[in-house]
Amino acid sequence: MKPLSSARMRHWLGASAILVAAVATALPAQAGSVLDAINQRGKIKVGVGTSPGFFAPDSNGKWQGFFVDFGRALAVTVFNDAAKVDFTSSSPQQRLPALQAGEFDILLSGVTETITRAFKLGFHFGPVIFYDGQGLLVKKSLGVTKGADLDGATIAIQAGTTGELNIADFFRKSGKTFKSVVIEDSREFRNALDSGRVDALTQDSSDLAIQRTQLARPDDYVLLPERLSKEPLAPAIRWGDDRWLEIVNWTVYATIEAEELGITEANIDSFLDTSDPVVKRFLGIDKSLGEAIGLDPKFAYNIIKAVGNYGEIFERNVGKNTKIGFDRGLNQPWSSGGLLYSPPFR
Amino acid sequence: MQCALLVVIVLAVQYLGSNLAANMKLVGITPGFGFLNHAANFQIGESVIPYQAGDSYGRAILVGLLNTVKVAVAGCILATIVGVALGVARLSTNPLLAWHVQAFVEVVRNTPLLLQLFFWNAVLHGLPGPRQALSPVAGVLLSNRGVFVPGIETDSPVIAGVVLVFALAAVVFLAQGRRIGLAASVAGLLGAGAWGLAHGATVALELPRLRGFNIAGGLTLSPEFAALLIGLVVNTSASIAETVRGGIVSVSAGQWEAGAALGLKRLQILRLIVLPQALRVIIPVMTSSFLTLTKNSSLAVAIGYPELVSVLNTTANTTGQALETIFIMMVVYLTLSLTVSVFMNAYNRRWKLRENAR
Repeated sequence: MKPLSSARMRHWLGASAILVAAVATALPAQAGSVLDAINQRGKIKVGVGTSPGFFAPDSNGKWQGFFVDFGRALAVTVFNDAAKVDFTSSSPQQRLPALQAGEFDILLSGVTETITRAFKLGFHFGPVIFYDGQGLLVKKSLGVTKGADLDGATIAIQAGTTGELNIADFFRKSGKTFKSVVIEDSREFRNALDSGRVDALTQDSSDLAIQRTQLARPDDYVLLPERLSKEPLAPAIRWGDDRWLEIVNWTVYATIEAEELGITEANIDSFLDTSDPVVKRFLGIDKSLGEAIGLDPKFAYNIIKAVGNYGEIFERNVGKNTKIGFDRGLNQPWSSGGLLYSPPFR
Repeated sequence: MQCALLVVIVLAVQYLGSNLAANMKLVGITPGFGFLNHAANFQIGESVIPYQAGDSYGRAILVGLLNTVKVAVAGCILATIVGVALGVARLSTNPLLAWHVQAFVEVVRNTPLLLQLFFWNAVLHGLPGPRQALSPVAGVLLSNRGVFVPGIETDSPVIAGVVLVFALAAVVFLAQGRRIGLAASVAGLLGAGAWGLAHGATVALELPRLRGFNIAGGLTLSPEFAALLIGLVVNTSASIAETVRGGIVSVSAGQWEAGAALGLKRLQILRLIVLPQALRVIIPVMTSSFLTLTKNSSLAVAIGYPELVSVLNTTANTTGQALETIFIMMVVYLTLSLTVSVFMNAYNRRWKLRENAR
């Protein structure tokens, strides 16, 4: 073998460096479970969106919102510390690949649970935390009352959402036509309606209600009562870590169960001397359940102490007394006519 | 030594490939391009070829590709015209003109393209709605739904195509100053048109007018397309202007003086002596400007023009075949870039040969 000249040596070193870098970056995807990674890091990485009420930083830069509170509840379950969680916003387009690539441990960004996402993207979904439906936001002066009136209209859709498919299905079914403008950027999406570029925006109706409050003259616009689709928004995680999935499931169930039992952030300590065995097991006064499942026996107690029950999370962030002002609708316990239902804690 | 390197690289590629396959299997993704034949249940805002929700993903991607090509070709041509004019104006002896062009070039080159696209989009969205559309010239409507111009409707597209080819040829011959070619193509144009009319082809002028929610009829430029085109042309023309200026400056002052000594006017010197020499320097740099413009067209996803990346993103999102769509994206942009390079290199060789022959 000829001795290497210094120039060739440099090439050789360069190639090796690239190779090592490539292999090294390829490795983490294979290593360990999600939960191991979370424990090692000491923090949960949560992907969220950017809609005030659901997820947005407040004036102090602290994330606030309905979905954010569920992220905090998860941190309580895993670390017993609501602060051990990092929120990062991701556009609807980028969030799914980001979850696949391991950038997040969980998406709490209002992802619609669908069979394609389950099988083809390889996602598990936790319990639905918000039952939504796709709606249409239109200018009042158009005099439109239902989706079918929008024949021939131009409609903006946000890229990367199930809305793109739903609206096409809706118009095909009714034999009507529309022109689509697919926009990735949230602000440009809203501006398209504000400037009159499009006749309507379509998106999950909860999101549209929030977008409406951000328009220059919200009262000029109306969210049509019609719902084009079912949009069950659920936490999404990658396949491959069953225990992480169960932690997500039972963290959400704990908030629902607490509401059903009438336990709130304020009155929870009055339940500590209860004789009800269901409540005793739920709050970890009876420690046998927690020991059996390998979680802190008081995890449900800690969650309610930190963020409150489902109803409190809802009312605080998006409920009647907030700027957003949502009705509970389907999002109340089954016992009051909603769809929230927690399996038993036993 | 080189063999060892090759072996290492092959092993590394194999390792990365198997790692990828294993990870994809782990999350339950089956690789492959079978999805291209599946129905794409989404709508695309504008298309060169007929498309509707329910057509195949392959066709949807083709629609996106054609939209990219449309904006890239129009962008390259316009950017060249504007850029060369600006580059020459930048060297003008009129200081007011030169300074204005310099200010324009500095502003455009020192702000991000994405910001410029948002700006042009906002400008076009700021136009009045379809019911109050501006009409600067009869038949042309400007609104926030797009720019509408009268279109020519014909029931024989083949003859229309032939007429169009002759018209293009006439423009080229006119530009090159070849009178015989010009006369021949004008004769062909008139002949084909007359033959078509004699055989019952109908030609009608279609004017845009308000229908339902929108303006229909005639030719439409959507605001997103217009914003993207203006953004790309303005951005690229600034760098082409600098390239042209640099090319002209690179021709030695002696050439100008020699031209002046022969009694040529300034514009004649520029056209006959300086530009042909400057082109040798300009063309290779221009090639990279064209490539940049083509690739920058993918920024359109932010403002909602349905080009290749936008359609592929939706495809990846609805099918889960992210890797395949990224692969398609890479192949397409590589092919587009290589095609532009091949054309520009051929053009470059032409100018080089002339130089050697001298």
